[in-house]
Amino acid sequence: METVIDIVSWLLLTSGGFFVLVGGVGALRMPNLYTRMHAASVTDSIGPILVIGGLILQAGMTLVSIKLAAILVFLLLTGPTASNALASAAMLSGHRPGLAQKMSAEDES
Amino acid sequence: MYIAVALALVVTMGLALIRALLGPTVYDRVLAVNMMGTKTVLLLSVITFAIGRPDFLDLALAYALINFIGVLAVLEFFRKRSELDPENNTKEAE
Amino acid sequence: MRTLDPHSPQIPRLASILILFALLAVTWLVWSGFFKALLLFLGLVSSVLCLWLTIRMRFFDDYLFCLPVGLGFVGYLFWLLREVLKSSLDVTKIVLSPSLPVSPRIARIRAGSEHPYDQVLFANSITLTPGTLSMDVDKGVITVHSLTEEGMRDLMSGEMDRRITALRRK
Repeated sequence: METVIDIVSWLLLTSGGFFVLVGGVGALRMPNLYTRMHAASVTDSIGPILVIGGLILQAGMTLVSIKLAAILVFLLLTGPTASNALASAAMLSGHRPGLAQKMSAEDES
Repeated sequence: MYIAVALALVVTMGLALIRALLGPTVYDRVLAVNMMGTKTVLLLSVITFAIGRPDFLDLALAYALINFIGVLAVLEFFRKRSELDPENNTKEAE
Repeated sequence: MRTLDPHSPQIPRLASILILFALLAVTWLVWSGFFKALLLFLGLVSSVLCLWLTIRMRFFDDYLFCLPVGLGFVGYLFWLLREVLKSSLDVTKIVLSPSLPVSPRIARIRAGSEHPYDQVLFANSITLTPGTLSMDVDKGVITVHSLTEEGMRDLMSGEMDRRITALRRK
C-alpha cells in the first residue's frame, strides 16, 4: 500500500512538473497576449492540482495536508480571478486580440 | 525526486522571466510576473518536503496572498493611468 | 444589486456572519497550532477585526454565503477536474507542435443562471479550463476567448452551464 501511494504521488508530481514546463514554453512561443494567457493557464490550473495533489499523498493525513489543501483551494480561486482581471484590463486599454475569424454569437439570445 | 520537480519549476520561472523581459506590452509582463508568483508558491511547497521543514508552507500561503493582491493592484494602477492619460497609453510596440 | 435567485436558500445575515467567524477561527487554529491563552486571545482579536472590516465593507448587505455547496457541487468539481485535464492535454499538444496551430476565437455566451454566484462560478470555471478564457461578465453575458475552434464548440454545447444551473435547481 505504501509503495502504491508513493508511485501515484511521484506520477502526479512529475506530470505536474511536465505541465508546468509546457506552460512556460507556451508562454514564450505563443504569438500574442491572449494566446499566452491560455498557455499560462495550463501552469496555473493543472500544475498546482497535480503538484500539490502529489505532495498531499506524500504527507498523508496530517496538518500539513490541510495546509496544502488550503493553498490549493486559494490558488484555484485566485488564479482565474487574476487572469480575468488581466484580460479585461488589457481589453479596456484597447489591446485587440488577433483573431483568426470572428465567430458570431450563436448562443446569444 | 523532489529536486526534479523543483528544477522544472525553476526552469519555468526562468522562461516566465524571459517573457517578462521581452514584453512587449505591460500586460505580458504582468502575466509573466503572475506566473512566476504561482510557481514560487509551488516551489516553496516542494522545498518544504525536500528539506523537511513544514514552516515553509506558511511562507507559501503568505506568498500566494501577496501575489494575488499585488497583481490586482498593479492592474488597477495601469487602468487608472490609461484612463487619466489616454494619449500615453500603456500599449507599447506590438 | 439584489438580484438573487428566488430558488436559492437564503442564509440570514447573522448566520453568515457566524459562518465567516467560524472560518476565520478555524484558519487561525490550523495555522498557529499553539493553544496558549495569549495566542488564542490574539486569534480572537484578529478574527473580530476581520469581521468588523467585512461588515464595514457592507459585504453582508448584498451577497450572502449562498454557493450551492453539497454533494452535487463535489460531483461538479470532479467533472471540472476531468475537463481541466482533458483541455490541458489539448493545449499541451498545441504548444509542443512545431507549427503552433492556434485559431483564436471570441464569442459571447449567456449564463443560464441569474444568480451572481453561479455566474462567477461559470466564468471562473471557464478560465480555469486551459484553452478558454473569460474576459468580461456583464449582466449574465460572458465574453469568452478561446485558443481553438474546438474549445469554443465544447463550451457552446453548454454542458458546463447546464451542470452549474442544475446545482441550484433542486
